[in-house]
Amino acid sequence: MPTPLVVSDVAKSFTMHLREGIKLPVVAGVSFSIKAGECTVLGGPSGAGKSSILKMLYGNYAVDDGQIIVTHDGGLIDLANASPRTVLAVRRQTIGYVSQFLRTVPRVSALDVVAEPLVERGEEREAARGKARALLAQLNLPEKLWALPPATFSGGEQQRVNIARGFITGHPILLLDEPTASLDARNRDVVIELIAAKKAAGVALLGIFHDHDVREAVADRIIDVTAFAPGKRAA
Amino acid sequence: MTDEPLLRVSALSKFYGSRVGCDNVSFDLWPGEVLAVVGESGSGKTTLLNCLSTRLLPSSGTASYRMRDGQFRELYRMSEAERRFLMRTDWGFVHQNPADGLRMTVSAGANVGERLMAVGDRNYGKIRATAVDWLSRVEIEQDRIDDEPRAFSGGMRQRLQIARNLVTGPRLVFMDEPTGGLDVSVQARLLDLLRGLVTDLGLAAIVVTHDLAVARLLSQRMMVMKDGRVVESGLTDRVLDDPRAPYTQLLVSSILQV
Repeated sequence: MPTPLVVSDVAKSFTMHLREGIKLPVVAGVSFSIKAGECTVLGGPSGAGKSSILKMLYGNYAVDDGQIIVTHDGGLIDLANASPRTVLAVRRQTIGYVSQFLRTVPRVSALDVVAEPLVERGEEREAARGKARALLAQLNLPEKLWALPPATFSGGEQQRVNIARGFITGHPILLLDEPTASLDARNRDVVIELIAAKKAAGVALLGIFHDHDVREAVADRIIDVTAFAPGKRAA
Repeated sequence: MTDEPLLRVSALSKFYGSRVGCDNVSFDLWPGEVLAVVGESGSGKTTLLNCLSTRLLPSSGTASYRMRDGQFRELYRMSEAERRFLMRTDWGFVHQNPADGLRMTVSAGANVGERLMAVGDRNYGKIRATAVDWLSRVEIEQDRIDDEPRAFSGGMRQRLQIARNLVTGPRLVFMDEPTGGLDVSVQARLLDLLRGLVTDLGLAAIVVTHDLAVARLLSQRMMVMKDGRVVESGLTDRVLDDPRAPYTQLLVSSILQV
């Protein structure tokens, strides 16, 4: 099976133009690859740049240097230099992302928030809603909430909507930014099951999990992000 | 998805005497894409929108539009009549002030029906049925169809203007501060409505706004303008979450958190 994602020598810094242009280096020399059917975990303390790496892989943060090669639509694309339109196509078809927080849209129901990525991929709306119902039920979100916009939900409820939205599609690569942070034990176990199912389906997962038990349960490999600290580069 | 853009803009500039309106703007817009143009007043975003919609002729540069037959036509070389036809059929223009885009003294139904008649519809029953359908899509009660927009609230007028623009099935819609001047609760409803319509109809749109939240909600791509020039462009979430140009950083850091 081909390697779906290869990161080589990626660097990222922030230049704060409103603070006399000081430059905050985040990571440098980031190089790794992820494999289909495996869950790779980014490890390291807060502030080491784990989330920034995920955001670069999703095109949400710009990349200063290096390459992010993704297998997309039968070819190879360098996400570090891709046009916005290409990044959008990669997000639609190839790379899924479960963020830490749900960005809610007024008046859109939880059910449609979850079904939306499938509809964008061309699936018929009712079929997509059917799958959304099944996932929300699996994640124990009370049925009376499904028709409501998630803006007023609790943190844990929003998180489960977010997880369902990320897991509903068949994206071959799935990025997970602390998907279990605000979940109780029962729902953490559901997420562990969902991740196992994705692995079995050949999806390449890359995630950040601060929860030790979840990490133990899902990780095939841990990448220590402190190795990518700027200025600490081994040749 | 098509592999060709709907609109190609190259080195577009507009000067008012020695004053810069917009300077050397280039981009492509694909079908189904929503592009937000943001910046403060005086940044040139409205000048750009008016040039693109041919309400204003640029000083230099080109813009070509892919017609329904697949041929690209250079907008500024078309005859006035051809441009007007495009404006009535394939394009929409949503003004910030609904009074600029509506006829305030004819009924809501006629405001919508008029655009249909302009594209050759003559069957009264069908025009009225389509008007009723569009009013309901923009959440205007059916029993208001014979009222004049003068009797409507600001939010309703804006929704009516949107119906009037979309009834002919345009492929490209220009919007100038579509939620400006509305109460926030009305704004949220309108934004949500616009977002749904744009997605369902697969519209391409160019939305000028100074409100970054509007840009985040409606657009996939964004251009930031200052003093007539594009200082930053890219995916909307990338520009907002990782702004690189000094001016974009200033704009993003100036958003009030609630």
